[in-house]
Amino acid sequence: MLTALTTVILAPVVVGFGETLWAAFGILPALGHHNFSMLAWQQLFDLPGFATSLRLSLVSGFVATTIAVMLALVGSAWVYHCPKTTSISSRFKPFLKPLLVPILAAPHAAIAIGLAFLIAPSGWFFRALSPWLTGWELPPNWATVQDLWGLSLIFGLVVKELPFLWLVSLVALKQINVSKQLTLAQSMGYSHITAWYKVIVPQLYPLIRLPVLVVLVYSLSTVDMAQILGPNNPPTLALATMRWYNDTNVHLLLPASAAAVCLGLIIIASLAVWEVAGLLVRHVNSALIRSGKRVAKFNLLASTLSAALPITLMAGLLSLLVLAIWSIAWRWSFPAVLPSSWSFNYWLQLLTHWPLALQHSLIMAFMSSGMGLILAVAWLEVQDRFGGHLYRLTLWFIYLPLLVPQIAFLYGLKVGFLRLGLNGSMATVIWAHLLFVFPYVMLSLIDSWRALDQRYLQVACSLGSSYWRRFWRIKLSLLLRPLLLAWAIGIAVSISQYLPTLMIGAGRVESLTTEAVSLASGADRRLVGVYGLLQALVPMLAYALALFLPKIMTLKNTR
Amino acid sequence: MTPYTNHKPPRPLRLLLSVLTLSLLSQFTFATWQQTLNEAQGETVYWHAWGGDVRTNNFITWVGEQTEALYDVKVKQVKLSSTAEAVTQVVAEKAAGQNTNGAVDMIWINGPNFLAMKQQQLLHGPFVSQLPNAKYLDLSPHSAASVDFTEAVAGLEVPWRLARFVFIANSDQVKQPPLSMAQMLTWAQANPGRLTHPVISNFMGTTFLKQALIELTPDPSVLQQPATPQSFATATAPLWRWYDAIKPHLWRAGTSFPENESIQQQMLSDGEVDIAMAFDPAAAAAGIASGLLPNSARVFVPSKGSLGNISFVAIPYNASHTAGATVVANFLLRPETQAHMQNINVLGSFSVLDPTSLNAQQTQAFAALPSSEALPTLPDLGPTLLEPHASWSTQLKQQWSKRYSQ
Repeated sequence: MLTALTTVILAPVVVGFGETLWAAFGILPALGHHNFSMLAWQQLFDLPGFATSLRLSLVSGFVATTIAVMLALVGSAWVYHCPKTTSISSRFKPFLKPLLVPILAAPHAAIAIGLAFLIAPSGWFFRALSPWLTGWELPPNWATVQDLWGLSLIFGLVVKELPFLWLVSLVALKQINVSKQLTLAQSMGYSHITAWYKVIVPQLYPLIRLPVLVVLVYSLSTVDMAQILGPNNPPTLALATMRWYNDTNVHLLLPASAAAVCLGLIIIASLAVWEVAGLLVRHVNSALIRSGKRVAKFNLLASTLSAALPITLMAGLLSLLVLAIWSIAWRWSFPAVLPSSWSFNYWLQLLTHWPLALQHSLIMAFMSSGMGLILAVAWLEVQDRFGGHLYRLTLWFIYLPLLVPQIAFLYGLKVGFLRLGLNGSMATVIWAHLLFVFPYVMLSLIDSWRALDQRYLQVACSLGSSYWRRFWRIKLSLLLRPLLLAWAIGIAVSISQYLPTLMIGAGRVESLTTEAVSLASGADRRLVGVYGLLQALVPMLAYALALFLPKIMTLKNTR
Repeated sequence: MTPYTNHKPPRPLRLLLSVLTLSLLSQFTFATWQQTLNEAQGETVYWHAWGGDVRTNNFITWVGEQTEALYDVKVKQVKLSSTAEAVTQVVAEKAAGQNTNGAVDMIWINGPNFLAMKQQQLLHGPFVSQLPNAKYLDLSPHSAASVDFTEAVAGLEVPWRLARFVFIANSDQVKQPPLSMAQMLTWAQANPGRLTHPVISNFMGTTFLKQALIELTPDPSVLQQPATPQSFATATAPLWRWYDAIKPHLWRAGTSFPENESIQQQMLSDGEVDIAMAFDPAAAAAGIASGLLPNSARVFVPSKGSLGNISFVAIPYNASHTAGATVVANFLLRPETQAHMQNINVLGSFSVLDPTSLNAQQTQAFAALPSSEALPTLPDLGPTLLEPHASWSTQLKQQWSKRYSQ
């Protein structure tokens, strides 16, 4: 029955994907294309710079994900490192989560715009040094953002994705008895970082594998970050696809659809490559681990990463800070370090505009993430009890919306909803949000769910506890942290949905994000500041709840 | 073939007939217009319009307040980040067979988007001549309000604001603005890295190329015809020579470009470049007023004139509130509305009305508008150059990518 429900909920995805697929092969009756043809593909491959676009996407996606994963692993090691003398950095540990949450909660575009302002030749960093040190009255003609290699895009992706992977790791680590194993390893003479690498990482990585894959998919398909930080002549494949979809020549919908299908295939292939590479690394590593060497040779890498860690985190926080300053600035020219005139205009203007948008955003976020969480728990529990291959198949089905670039299948999704006679209502938009919220909730929950020590349940069962009691009191309460985190991620995903809200809502369901994006296309950092901060606020509260509620509850229980 | 013979009725009868027809016609127009007004009462018009400009958004809000008070018609702006989103919406509805009760009631549209919707028969109308306020427009076949990027409007869209391509310069840095494409090259050579244009896939980027093309091409009249491979090669040869010469002196040596004109204006504000572009003569004044541009921002246009076109509103064939949208479109053409719009403190966009159709009082309303140092007068703007046929933009985009995108 659950399969049937999942199928019904996800049916529009298939319709949408089908429409895109047809269009990629020349069939788009609304524009008078009825015959199967490969012309769209021909057009796609003839696009000047196609190879460069492809390379840019792959390089930025893989490099950014690799760096973010390594940083998250090193960062988690640092959290569990207890040196005898307290260093300055270790004093920051209690503040780590509150520092990560804002970056995680802020929309990608807001972080990108903040970061671009931070590192641009006319940005904050160079303003702080000009003209007293550099002698510049005008910014230099340097490519510190939108460089041709995509370095600033990679940096931006790492800045934004690190907090996500770091937090997911920290939550997952609660499932492993870290301190005991570390103490044991260290008593056998392994250094802290070696012990971390040889003992903890092999247990941790499988728990964060799916979130890592999500980061890989996002990095390959991002449009908003690529638009702000990436090169644009030619741009990454995702951005090129988006440009074709938005071209005034509607017949370009055909090659755009081909590009979207192509991007989808590249994403699937990249996932496969990443997984194979993961297996290879594990294979090579197991030899290294078994060698018994107490201090491995990667100390240089580890120290480079430890140095990069605070820089990355600082970059994220400063991006948000600089947006906050912009939100109350009026004029702020080069090389002034602070705005020359201030104004609360945009915040005040909001008072008349935002209540409705905020209300819509909240309703949609709570509904979709609540439903997503219930659905995910039901799905996982049914699988625990009955298992079966059918569910494994459905899992791929659930992840489908994450694998295909949004811009590509939303057009089809829209046609699908319209055929069902659903359009423009809040309920339809919540449904559309659910398509993206559900897989994210599922992804962030599934590994922790499966890693739950089944012996607790067996013990409870042998003590005669009923099924529902075991489910509620043991399973769900042991999984409270990952459940709440998954719910908070669901909120954040829902809040940030732009295209689904606009397209499925026919523009009639205005949310914080639709307001923000349409205004930000006018490139006003002050507005981006106001809306970006507002957009971050809601998920931030959800994350705060997810991180601190379990603590409060455990405190209560132990008393 | 029988020769054409003119069977004219006798003169007095003719006069009587024409008077009769005229009065009947106006009676008819009046009756149907009253019908439209009745039908529109209580409707909410969903106006899909690019939402990137706060002043435009505020103007649309004002329009809604006025039409609600005058005709009981509300306006709700659906803020788009690209007009293509509204086109896609209508295409998707048609694909799903939803031929009535569409989500889009009115679109701010022109040029290629209009052409696409006209060709796909996605528009309601012709309806322009039914509007009482159409009498303020010059609707002769070759007037600016009758042709949209060389495509005949055919009564399918209503003009509402005038757009002119202008450059914005930081006058502190640019003492003598380059007034021709040749001067632009010399200026760029003397000020390397201080000039750029939006990406060519963006319409402002294409417009810049078109502006250069019109000035550099041997015979601009060719551009009014659809481009053929032959005519394209001949007409654009000087353009590419010029672009090859200027490219190395552009910002980032012409390897990277701002995403759109707003980003380019932000770069001007940040001091990364000295020249930006806009499709609005009031852009500099408006930018200064909203703190987005430095006080030294000034508009200049090439001495031989610049591209101009008109922003229109159109109604999709399956709109839910056709009557309401018609009433709003008519309201946009009221001389009072156009004068309010032209006010620099409101929008600063020039009126689309034919000045000769206005009475003394209406003319006075325009003359009394406040001015600004950064706001050019109509004579400052020089002649308006006609938009080339749409096929030129498409091919310019393709050819530019082929040459400069690797």
